[in-house]
Amino acid sequence: MKNKSLSAKKLLAATLSLALMTGVFTGCVGNGSPGANEDGNADGKALAKVEITNVSYDPTRELYEQYNKLFQDYWKETKGQEVEITQSHGGSGKQARSVIEGNEADVVTLALEGDVDEVRKAGLINDGWVQEFSKNSAPYTSTIVFLVRKDNPKKLNDWSDIVKPGIEVITPDPKTSGGARWNFLAAWAFADKLYGGDEAKSKLFLKKLYANVTVLDSGARGATTTFVENGQGDVLLAWENEAFLAIKEHPGEFEIITPSLSILAQPSVAIVDANVEKHGTEEVSKAYLEYLYSDEAQRLEGKNYYRPSNPDILKEFSDVFDLKVTLVNIDDEFGGWTAATEKFFADGAIFDQIYSK
Amino acid sequence: MLSLKNKRKRNNTVIPGFGLSMGITITMLSLIVLIPLCSVLLTLSDTTFAGFWQNITDEQTMATYKVSFSCALIAAVINVSFGILLAWILTRYQFPLKSLLDGLIELPFALPTAVAGIALTTLYSDKGWIGALFDKIDVKISYTTIGITIAMVFIGIPFVVRSIQPVLEKLDPQFEEAATVLGASRFRIFCKVILPEILPAALTGFGLAFARAIGEYGSVVFIAGNIPYKTQITPLIIMSKLEQFNYAAATSIALVMILFAFVILFGINVLQAAINKVARGS
Repeated sequence: MKNKSLSAKKLLAATLSLALMTGVFTGCVGNGSPGANEDGNADGKALAKVEITNVSYDPTRELYEQYNKLFQDYWKETKGQEVEITQSHGGSGKQARSVIEGNEADVVTLALEGDVDEVRKAGLINDGWVQEFSKNSAPYTSTIVFLVRKDNPKKLNDWSDIVKPGIEVITPDPKTSGGARWNFLAAWAFADKLYGGDEAKSKLFLKKLYANVTVLDSGARGATTTFVENGQGDVLLAWENEAFLAIKEHPGEFEIITPSLSILAQPSVAIVDANVEKHGTEEVSKAYLEYLYSDEAQRLEGKNYYRPSNPDILKEFSDVFDLKVTLVNIDDEFGGWTAATEKFFADGAIFDQIYSK
Repeated sequence: MLSLKNKRKRNNTVIPGFGLSMGITITMLSLIVLIPLCSVLLTLSDTTFAGFWQNITDEQTMATYKVSFSCALIAAVINVSFGILLAWILTRYQFPLKSLLDGLIELPFALPTAVAGIALTTLYSDKGWIGALFDKIDVKISYTTIGITIAMVFIGIPFVVRSIQPVLEKLDPQFEEAATVLGASRFRIFCKVILPEILPAALTGFGLAFARAIGEYGSVVFIAGNIPYKTQITPLIIMSKLEQFNYAAATSIALVMILFAFVILFGINVLQAAINKVARGS
């Protein structure tokens, strides 16, 4: 009996100390958090250094390493202030969750509008963020292409070729990888055009496609490894920028095939309003994202195999990207991300249906 | 027997510091195990039972239980037989680089599981060194349930070896010598003298390896093809639910796994106690 009351007391003490620790910890973070010096705007006086955190997804690592240098110079020139940018990369959905659960990002640059929207739902981003920057807050875009082995031995030139029996397809799982949803939707958009909107036939088309999938990796990078390093499959459905990176790393082994129709993949950027308010980094965060649309930055994005959203600069890269491809847009074709997620990827929705017997 | 018990009880009160150490134990246990586990229940508190039941009995999820549990069971069986052999070699024989082998046993503990997963996948894929050999007889390892089992064997082996090794080390060779003198065969000695001694330890190893294999994500996810109804493991479904921001479903399935792991470990403990009782009684 004595022992029991002792343990109960200890449990209480443990809970209290945990609460205390959390308090101290948040306190520390609060005090030590990066933030701009409010005063010090006077001319000639150097402004205190400002720090911002950009929470992004996996394939943008190299792009932002280069862009951050570009922006640091730009900010130094226009404002005379040093800016330090912390980058964080991981799966897009995981990154969104980390921000929701307390990673104090100033800006998010994620793969899916839906992931940014989850952060909004958690109350950290203001409503209407999609309109905050031009082109639906997507400074660069990409699309879904086929990566095939050199000389395209199986003659895979369009979506209708890869649903043929005997073709092995590698693509990540749309249920675990947000980016993989573009792959599914691109194929669906093709089938939709092919069958004039007959949903049953489109579903059958996707069923054939996913019956050909031999490995359904949990993420995009994993799928690339499966195809490129482990030599599985005849075709990898990949983001254009990822496909270019694979070719750059393994010259002469692969080819990019752009299908006749694909989807306009728009990675979204947004300011995390609640955090910039707390850090006092509103101005620099806004400039950081706005500068992504500048000519210099657009060219940098093109060099990193993202399609610049500025049409004139995109044309400069016409020898890199296949610009003849018809690109459907998620809003026009699927009525936006929320509707598309609901219709295709929710539990028991079309993606689950094509796999169930 | 009785006097021994009394002595032990008296000793407890004589040794100082029980209160303090017990307090620290409970505190640590609360901080690291109990409170996080309670938070699982807390997340579930706004889910109805019908919703919970639907989440855990969904057709695709049920298929993953089948894959996870059957592969984990096979892996644990392999681990016990193979682990006994390994522990035997390490305790009974002297050979060069023995300490190196001894150290290697724990590598699966130290290695980041993703590294192990990627390495195993590459090695056992039909283009890899070992996988190519099996491909000739039309056996695919990576991206199938065989691959999943291999990854589970890899992460489970230290549990078995490290459970059995100390028991074998303490085992007095005199019993075996006596049995030999009395004319028992090597096999009979193993079954009647050695096996009963190491059985409780082997069971512990089996339980730990099995429980760990069910929950293993990092190494298995790379080598599994993740094809629904075929090669998806349960932890992957949890990740998939999280990716859809469906915390309730993820936690529901997590709770099922916690319960299973607990039942396995508890069952093994009960079994062990029973074996010990029989051993003492005879």
